[in-house]
Amino acid sequence: MSVLTTNYLVPTGREEAWRFTPLKRLAGLHDGTAVVGQRKSLAPSHDFGPGVRFSHVGRELLAPLSQSDDVIVQRVRENALEVAHLEILPNSEIAEPLMFTRVQSGLDSAEFSRVRITLGAHSKATVIFENTGDSILAEDIEFDLAPGSHLTFVTLQEWESKTVFAASHRAFVDRDATFKSICVTVGGSLVRILPTVEFKGAGASVELLGVYFATAGQYFEHRMHVDHLVPNAKSRVNYKGALAGEKAHTVWIGDVFIRAAAEGTDTYELNRNLLLSDGARADSVPNLEIETGEIVGAGHASTTGRFDDEQLFYLMSRGIELDDARRLVVRGFFNEIVMEINDEKIQERIMNRIDGELAKVGS
Amino acid sequence: MSTLDIRGLQVSVETENGPIEILKGVDLTIKSGETHAIMGPNGSGKSTLAYSIAGHPKYKITGGVVTLDGEDILEMSVDQRAKAGLFLAMQYPVEVPGVSVSNFLRTAVTALRGEAPKLRTWVGEVKGAMEALSMDPSFAQRNVNEGFSGGEKKRHEIMQLELLKPKIAILDETDSGLDVDALRIVSEGVNRAKKDNNLGVLLITHYTRILRYIEPDFVHVFANGRIVEEGGPELAEKLEATGYAEYVTN
Repeated sequence: MSVLTTNYLVPTGREEAWRFTPLKRLAGLHDGTAVVGQRKSLAPSHDFGPGVRFSHVGRELLAPLSQSDDVIVQRVRENALEVAHLEILPNSEIAEPLMFTRVQSGLDSAEFSRVRITLGAHSKATVIFENTGDSILAEDIEFDLAPGSHLTFVTLQEWESKTVFAASHRAFVDRDATFKSICVTVGGSLVRILPTVEFKGAGASVELLGVYFATAGQYFEHRMHVDHLVPNAKSRVNYKGALAGEKAHTVWIGDVFIRAAAEGTDTYELNRNLLLSDGARADSVPNLEIETGEIVGAGHASTTGRFDDEQLFYLMSRGIELDDARRLVVRGFFNEIVMEINDEKIQERIMNRIDGELAKVGS
Repeated sequence: MSTLDIRGLQVSVETENGPIEILKGVDLTIKSGETHAIMGPNGSGKSTLAYSIAGHPKYKITGGVVTLDGEDILEMSVDQRAKAGLFLAMQYPVEVPGVSVSNFLRTAVTALRGEAPKLRTWVGEVKGAMEALSMDPSFAQRNVNEGFSGGEKKRHEIMQLELLKPKIAILDETDSGLDVDALRIVSEGVNRAKKDNNLGVLLITHYTRILRYIEPDFVHVFANGRIVEEGGPELAEKLEATGYAEYVTN
């Protein structure tokens, strides 16, 4: 065990970044009490063709791209001896999605997983992480997008019911690169994901999309942070969630900063929540800070509502039963984002999972 | 042969100041193949009648009975009423984001017929219904009523009327907001449904304009929550000339 180099500030719950998170349910990922397991669960689901390299490398060979003030990220960097590194070579366009699964799970120890996804200049790929099983997992992914590269990253949280998953997904997006992330959270006990974007070059564009469905007792937090540091970059955030059941709790935070240098910024963030029963709670906090007026546009919206009785009436007046009408409305609600996942099998799997979550609610 | 029988129907809605009675005893019988026009001023309760029969939860039935072929429809859920053979073409059809017209229609027809339609014949049916109403084929891929123009919404309602083949249809101000061409196309759709399915029609309207295209057998004047005068097509002519003033002051 190496000597501790970081002076950890264990969160108390009073900090802005932790004010919603039930710290007691974090399985010790934040305060050092978690037992460190040395499993390396992330594995490719298939052989990758040319233009792609995947390996585990010693952490001394791949220093973090930036410091993090998140205590769990700090612990990942302390505990993970290797980094899972996926590289898309420059000018490589990979047509088939690169699929990964978490092959080793377990609740008896915690995994601290560091991942780097590097896109060479003018490369293009879709990467899909399928998170299943039960695990205690802290994940630190850094995306390094070279100029003109294009990455679509899909992360599917289809965990079993006991999972504690805390993740930081930080993208560095250089000139004219595009980054699209689609985050689907439908399983786990506690899931906390921090999608973060740092623009490094002008003309870059990001889309952060997500869907979540929390049922009784589940806590799902998605906390974005988009930093417009350079001119003429574009960001779109769209997260949609449904909640049902006693103590189902979701948190969506959208922090967008437009720095003084970021002239020509174009940003819009949106969070919509569908409350399907009493006893559930959705927190939704958009936050926009603007240091220059020379922008194309900046806006945000947040709505939380219940089933629209008029929609249900309309569908039922055509003979559709209540349960089917509710299913149609919920599928429709999530449709625009789920359809962005460029894989029909996964789309249908997610929609079926959503149907299943809805069926648990009853009428 | 079907009969929709409305007897002494009383309906109220909840407001901040307590319940307000809207329908004060409506009697009306509609049989297959018949077209009844209900005409009346705004606020007289015409739409309340339509939505009450269809089962909208906002309206509370406080008296009377409504039967379709002897079965009490007021005891039925909204979808059961549709399965029994009732259809409501709405004045303001509701947007259902993320649900395509094609998916919606297939789900509805599956529910009504009790089994999924055979794909090939169904695609042909939908295509035919859309062509008959001069609708672009891309319409099927759009989300239900989302971003539809007023005319498109009404065509979509009548397309459903033709595809779902109810016994009795209530058309709630289907003519409102339509230009002359759209009015003609929509009216032709209703007339086809009458001819092909021996449909009984309850046509609710404020204006006589649509009655030039869909000829009523009976005209009922509706004012202050009840039917105040009944007659044949000639009554519509009279209303065209005199308006509703004499009924409103009653």
